[in-house]
Amino acid sequence: MIEREITIKNRAGLHTRPAASLVKLAAKFKSDFFIDKDGFEINAKSIIGVMTLAADQGSKLLLRFSGEDEEEACKAILELFESGFGEP
Amino acid sequence: MEEALTKKVEIVVKGIPASPGIAIGPAFLFQKHAPTIFEKSIGEEETKREVERLEQAVARSQKELGKILEFAQQKLGDDTAKIFEAQLMILEDTVLFDSIYGRVRKELKNAEFVVEDEIGKYHRMMVASKDEYTRERANDVEDVRNRILRNLQEQKLISRLEGSSVIVSQNLTAADTLILSRNDVLAYATDIGGVTSHTALLARALKIPAVVGLRNISAIVHDADNIILDGYGGTVILNPSNETIKKYEAKRALYLEFEKKLAGLRELPAETLDGHRVELSANLEFEQELEFVHLQGADGIGLYRSEMLLIGKEVFPSEEEQFQQYKLIADTVYPKPVIIRTFDIGGDKFMAHPVKESNPFLGWRGIRVMLDRPELFLEQLRAILRASTRKNVSIMFPMVSNIKEVRNAKKLIEDAKRQLEAEHKPFDDKLKIGVMIEVPAAAVIAEDLAKEVSFLSIGTNDLIQYLIAVDRGNDVVADLYQEFHPAVIRFLRRIIERGQKSDVWVGMCGEMAGDPMATMLLLGLGLNEFSVVPNVLPEIKKIIRAVKYKEAKKLAKDVLALETEDEVKDYLRAVMKKKFPDIPIE
Repeated sequence: MIEREITIKNRAGLHTRPAASLVKLAAKFKSDFFIDKDGFEINAKSIIGVMTLAADQGSKLLLRFSGEDEEEACKAILELFESGFGEP
Repeated sequence: MEEALTKKVEIVVKGIPASPGIAIGPAFLFQKHAPTIFEKSIGEEETKREVERLEQAVARSQKELGKILEFAQQKLGDDTAKIFEAQLMILEDTVLFDSIYGRVRKELKNAEFVVEDEIGKYHRMMVASKDEYTRERANDVEDVRNRILRNLQEQKLISRLEGSSVIVSQNLTAADTLILSRNDVLAYATDIGGVTSHTALLARALKIPAVVGLRNISAIVHDADNIILDGYGGTVILNPSNETIKKYEAKRALYLEFEKKLAGLRELPAETLDGHRVELSANLEFEQELEFVHLQGADGIGLYRSEMLLIGKEVFPSEEEQFQQYKLIADTVYPKPVIIRTFDIGGDKFMAHPVKESNPFLGWRGIRVMLDRPELFLEQLRAILRASTRKNVSIMFPMVSNIKEVRNAKKLIEDAKRQLEAEHKPFDDKLKIGVMIEVPAAAVIAEDLAKEVSFLSIGTNDLIQYLIAVDRGNDVVADLYQEFHPAVIRFLRRIIERGQKSDVWVGMCGEMAGDPMATMLLLGLGLNEFSVVPNVLPEIKKIIRAVKYKEAKKLAKDVLALETEDEVKDYLRAVMKKKFPDIPIE
């Protein structure tokens, strides 16, 4: 299992469009992917779960990956957060 | 005879204007009952059928939403259609549905109960969120859930209406608003909702008048009741009298006429033929005028008279109350800017005076009052700062007569900022500050004032009274109040030149800015911003767009050489008559 802590940088946070990108990317990997925000955990492959997080700019998230391709999944997801979800 | 017995009384209900326009017609009560769900146990042998039933309901819901999405994309464009994409994605959420199907099989419960319970968990969390955006999205989640439940119960959604009608409902989802619009909808009226609700957003995009936040309208309206809905003023009138109907028909005709005049002009900048651009903004008194301002294609709000908040009040509104109001305005006009003028009280305006002044116009008014009441001033400044998070708010001080007042007021803004920082309340640290030039002394020191602030806005009504020493409310001397007095024109030139020399922009928010006869002159004097009452905005824009900056400058030069108001007026009238014969002038 891999754990990474990140802070949301993009202005819109995990609003609908970024949430959709996140869920779509996560679906490409076999590994389980969970997000923990302030002790509340959701399955990050679920759009309704990610919407419930209400993660806005500045939110601290703990990402958990586990499964055969966990390293690749972690790398790809971190890159997506790093890019600010392509926000201008 | 029955009609005489049940003669209906006219009822006026006030709400929030959400989409402009006036509609008169029969009501259609759109009622959607939340589906009633029972928890039922099922046998092992029934699970296969139950899962299939749910799969079919989800498929039907997907088909419905797909159609809605397509319709929205066609009619409103991709941006607005996004509202429905989120809902479709929830229907495709495999994690969610794996868990729902799993529970049906394992707990041996009916599909309705599991759907309601499982999606309800997420819905409750979203409703309780501190994040406003997430709370709004909770409506989407609820809508998806109700759609699946309705399809499970194999109920058809009624969305076809006979004839044209005003839709009255407790609440309309985004999908309801859109789907109903395929009928001849005259207007929407709902009990709940604000200017940022889906109903408001979609009604504006669909160009259908709407009033929301009417509290109990759906409880007092009956099907086919005659209704007037005024999307400008935010009023709904039930069972209007013939007289009221006539009044609103006249108002509708007036606004339509106005719309026609504006056609094609709204989205165009206030720019001269030779490419000189000025800002053309609107003066705002009441939030109800916001839609109207938007309709007119203003570049923003050049003057929001915050003292209008005080009307009918015995005490000052709290910081929170002010904040809500300022935020509503800033959010509504965003991304366009709004200049909030701090309370301009005293003189002839509002709030009883603690002392009787023999000459209130030369007395305790404007910034003088507020600087003497720093605790109230600080509250207002905090409220304005808190409303500035979208970075489209500026502050303006009225009745400034010396530099010290500006410096003291700026110090209070700094105090307010430090307080907000300590409380972790966000604000725009770069919020711009300006002063009104309405006291001759301020005009004389315009270049020094300009060094303290980011803009000057000329308040002609008071400036002219003070400059010529004429109270225009006094019939004996009222005719001496001359907007085109050569001293006024030369004074204006001085203010504009001195301000610009100190690198600030100079605007005007007094009546003169909205006088078509003065437009070319002010343009030629180099004014950067015109802030006018909304109803003259199109005409002023039309003039600006039809002249050359070069000829306006020449006109200003000629006028500056004239010696009497009559000469100035004759000159301007002749020019107007020649260039704009269809614009009525005095």
